[in-house]
Amino acid sequence: MAIRVSLLLLVFLSSAVVSFSLYEDQVGLMDWHQRYIGKVKHAVFHTQKAGRKRVIVSTEENVVASLDLRHGEIFWRHVLGTNDAIDGVDIALGKYVITLSSQGSTLRAWNLPDGQMVWETSLHSAQSSKSLLSVPINLKVDKDYPILVFGGGYLHAVSAIDGEVLWKKDFTAEGFEVQRVLQPPESSIIYVLGFLHSSEAVVYQIDSKTGEVVAQKSMVFPGGFSGAISSVSSDKVVVLDSTRSILVTIGFLDGDINFQKTPISDLVENSGNAEILSPLLSNMLAVKVNKRTIFVRVGGEGKLEVVDSLSDETAMSDSLPVADDQVAFASAHHEGSKIQLMVKLVDDLDTVLLRESIEMDQHRGHVDKVFINNYIKTDRSNGFRALIVMEDHSLLLLQQGAIVWSREEGLASVTDVTTAELPVEKDGVSVAKVEHTLVDWLKGHMLKLKGSLLLASPEDVAAIQEMRMKSSGRSKLTRDHNGFRKLFIALTRAGKLFALHTGDGRIVWSMLLNSPTKSEACERPSGINLYQWQVPHHHAMDENPSVLVVGRCGSDSSAPGVLSFVDVYTGKEISSSDIGHSVVRVMPLPFTDSTEQRLHLIADTEGHIHLYPKTSEALSIFQREFQNVYWYTVEGDDGIIRGQGMKSSCAGETADEYCFTTKELWTVVFPSESEKIISTLTRKPNEVVHTQAKVSTDQDLLYKYVSRNLLFVATVSPKGAGEIGSVTPEESALVVYLIDTITGRILHRLSHQGCQGPVHAVFSENWVVYHYFNLRAHKHEVTVVEIYDQSRAENKNVWKLVLGKHNLTAPISSYSRPEMFTKSQSYFFAQSVKTIAVTSTAKGITSKQLLIGTIGDQILALDKRFVDPRRTLNPSQAEKEEGIIPLTDSLPIIPQSYITHSLKVEGLRGIVTAPAKLESTTHVFAYGVDLFYTRLAPSKTYDSLTDDFSYALLLITIVALVAAIYITWVVSEKKELSEKWR
Amino acid sequence: DDSEGLLLIYVFFFLSPGSKKDLETRLLAIDDNLRTTTMAPILRSTPLVALLVLQISLLFFASTLPISSGSEDSNTITGRVRIPASTAIGHAAKFSNIKVVLNGGQNISFLRPDGYFTFHKVPAGTHLIEVYALGFFFSPVRVDVSARHHGKVQATLTETRRSLTELVLEPLRADQYYELREPFNVMAILKSPMGLMVGFMVVVVFLMPKLMENIDPEEMKRTQEELRNQGVPSLSSLLPASP
Repeated sequence: MAIRVSLLLLVFLSSAVVSFSLYEDQVGLMDWHQRYIGKVKHAVFHTQKAGRKRVIVSTEENVVASLDLRHGEIFWRHVLGTNDAIDGVDIALGKYVITLSSQGSTLRAWNLPDGQMVWETSLHSAQSSKSLLSVPINLKVDKDYPILVFGGGYLHAVSAIDGEVLWKKDFTAEGFEVQRVLQPPESSIIYVLGFLHSSEAVVYQIDSKTGEVVAQKSMVFPGGFSGAISSVSSDKVVVLDSTRSILVTIGFLDGDINFQKTPISDLVENSGNAEILSPLLSNMLAVKVNKRTIFVRVGGEGKLEVVDSLSDETAMSDSLPVADDQVAFASAHHEGSKIQLMVKLVDDLDTVLLRESIEMDQHRGHVDKVFINNYIKTDRSNGFRALIVMEDHSLLLLQQGAIVWSREEGLASVTDVTTAELPVEKDGVSVAKVEHTLVDWLKGHMLKLKGSLLLASPEDVAAIQEMRMKSSGRSKLTRDHNGFRKLFIALTRAGKLFALHTGDGRIVWSMLLNSPTKSEACERPSGINLYQWQVPHHHAMDENPSVLVVGRCGSDSSAPGVLSFVDVYTGKEISSSDIGHSVVRVMPLPFTDSTEQRLHLIADTEGHIHLYPKTSEALSIFQREFQNVYWYTVEGDDGIIRGQGMKSSCAGETADEYCFTTKELWTVVFPSESEKIISTLTRKPNEVVHTQAKVSTDQDLLYKYVSRNLLFVATVSPKGAGEIGSVTPEESALVVYLIDTITGRILHRLSHQGCQGPVHAVFSENWVVYHYFNLRAHKHEVTVVEIYDQSRAENKNVWKLVLGKHNLTAPISSYSRPEMFTKSQSYFFAQSVKTIAVTSTAKGITSKQLLIGTIGDQILALDKRFVDPRRTLNPSQAEKEEGIIPLTDSLPIIPQSYITHSLKVEGLRGIVTAPAKLESTTHVFAYGVDLFYTRLAPSKTYDSLTDDFSYALLLITIVALVAAIYITWVVSEKKELSEKWR
Repeated sequence: DDSEGLLLIYVFFFLSPGSKKDLETRLLAIDDNLRTTTMAPILRSTPLVALLVLQISLLFFASTLPISSGSEDSNTITGRVRIPASTAIGHAAKFSNIKVVLNGGQNISFLRPDGYFTFHKVPAGTHLIEVYALGFFFSPVRVDVSARHHGKVQATLTETRRSLTELVLEPLRADQYYELREPFNVMAILKSPMGLMVGFMVVVVFLMPKLMENIDPEEMKRTQEELRNQGVPSLSSLLPASP
């Protein structure tokens, strides 16, 4: 019954509540969507057959995709789970794409033309080990040539037709690591070479039909092996010994093993540690030594000789058979602003089949990977196309000395986003010809009118659509009155900054971060975070706004930091500096100097705080507020939250006057046996709250407890920290806290028995909404907690206000005893969630919507009124008028309120909102593997006319009214005249 | 129908392994969850009901299908997604774009051409399976993999609390992401506030003079006098002056 009632209510509500909704012809007017795949790891070309030429790629974002080789578009793609990393990809039988993932334990076959999964096989794995995928080259549908997979200590033979495991061989007991699998054509014997405890080489001969070991040979190598292995021919591999100074050639022809040692010092003088590079070249291997890449040819008897050497910034492809039993490979390296791409024959390095030099944007960095493919030109010679992956993760196809297409795959791994304004339109610059002539303008509006009355023909509809897309200069590079045109600055994992225009999503500028010193240790810093450094709006109007990029030299948290200041208008780096200390945390302060540079504090690993910018003015501003600066640290593993305050200048230790020491003010220690911190969250520092008071239905006033120093902490029982299926309701409890970060006082504690994480929360104004899993009901739940200030509750008396005996103007201090109370309510929610955000508007007047990124990679806009603790089962008439929705046990999922409509933001990771100048409107930017942007008006656009507004209809009405007035006037005059004549 | 659903949930709890105390706490737990339904207190009480439930449970026990297989800690859940052809209007119900998610993202599985999906190496316990297909809404499914009965699987839709005898998942509803444009309708325009205002104006402009004509001018004058005497702002000034 209850369900039925709630369903009925839901139906009723869905019609009553204003939700975000879109007509199908409005798609693309305010939103844009960009599809990416991520940094390519493997690429397999499929160009043999006539028809569509494609390249199959797997990426670091766990995407397997088929790309159009002509234009670089995605035919299909699949984003695998986050812990389902792809180890290998290949094409089998000419029609299936085979992927090996999850450390060699999952093998899937996808249909090559449309990407439909054909079969999936789970392989046994007992231990983690490197994985190896070997797909037979011949196209014959035959069980004699199975796909061989090594992973987790087992060797599996899998039929390519249906994924059936034909046989498996257990190597776990011996600790055997397979290095190379060889399937000689026309032979039923498989040779498997591997190492035992990295010191013994073993060759198994296995019957490919039954999986039985026919023969086994082993040989101990006293030095031990290390590092990568390079197979130079079908029966020879080369590996480094454990000292990394001797190359060992292992021949395993016909099951016999022989070693041949060649010290690297014989090949190169003053050699340091060597490293075998991954490309597979026939009868040759590439070794990186002394920052050079040397090519070593392996002679017939295992004799090694150096044939060439290149700089170590050269990327190489695997070798590729070209006509007449020749094998070629490609190498690419930078020369000034150009890329030199060369394709050479492996046997004869002097024969250069192709030499191209291609102009390349400097902000793509050096070449990371090269994949080549050949084709037969019309004059029967070989042509080559090269797919290259650059340092900024972009993917380019080079052919005939030109870039055929490029994909900015760096944008698939956005790590931080901020917004920036566009330049103000200058007087001299003429306004682009947006509105051409009055006639055209009227024509356009007539078309729109037709469209809105649904009288338009299909051609008209197309014309309207085109007109809307181009209209109102939405992609102009200047600021507009409503603040709809903005830049989203995105920092990617590769350390590249992109400025994306909100109008059409195009890249306005991009910039690869550079190391200021160009030192060896820090060739390319990795970006961590992005902050608004300078946003001139009152003073310093002639200065361009800039952003601060905080980077780090290396992956370790104690690695020295790098600051880079980037001009937002031009995308040029203003300056960058090695700051000489590590970066643990960056805190933007609410103070700016006279040029509107924001003061930032950076905490390092030694417990010191550094002030930026390093100017005396900033120092004096900071010293004024010295006593009022607090912050906190969260030690998640130990379950400790510490509050810190400023102590003194660290003059005693260093001469740096911008360095300060800190003191610990408070600690909150969670009992480690029962609680583990899984999530912490604070309010956005730049959030605007319009009013502190909230009028309830009985004309009562509630005061929101609005404090910037509130920290939301969620802890869960250590047992419940795992996945959903791993714990019973009795064993897990979720506890949430609201902690004042100045005093460490716990303001509120709420415990949910039988619940577990992951917790996704959003904190805005005086409320927190969080999403977690209820194990008892086995459903996801959403809880809202609203915090109200009790100390101001007495200010209701008018006389008190008149006589000035109120405390409304008294400053809020964290040290005064907070008198607050909370209201909370919980609801079921029918989906797993990846992230939650909330809309933000310029003045905070517009009601808010929660933006829920679901695990299906869609974004649902949910009105805040649905998560209001004042909801009751039967709201009174007054409450209904106020907009209180009757309580239901679960939150409604209205399909029309998916802001992503029929799109998906694959691999969704974060949602960023930013206010437009127009109060009703907010920008929403979602990033993951895909990017999505839209503009939302949570309470509809009450302060401006919508795009749909028909000016023509208005004009026609006015004209018609004027005409009617005139006609009636004439008629009445005539009538009066005739009356008088009577 | 609700009571049946509840019974099924009870059935499941009798089948699930665990000590008797464990069972009781679970029963309490489920009562807790069903606090919104009115049926719960009735069923909670007597041991007789429990016996009845047990009997029914045995009946159901025979009919539940073993959907999983495997040893100790690595069970396999196999199920099927079925999309009725009739509801797939406007959306290409392509199986290649459907994802099946285990435990909120722990594992993601894809569909075979026949709609089957499989999760491998699933430990015994209670899990959650969600299906994501653009254009459709699927209820999450609570899946219990029993440790005792060799990975026997019990499935319940969490939204409707309906238990499944087979793990065949069908969409609860087809999602329409766009508003539909209302076709042009004269009545709709007339009913809108603007339409009503225009209608009123038309009435005033065209019908009022006619009414005026019918009124005797003498009488008219008299009422006007009266109104003037009463000091009420006269309506006549708004009307066209009658000759």
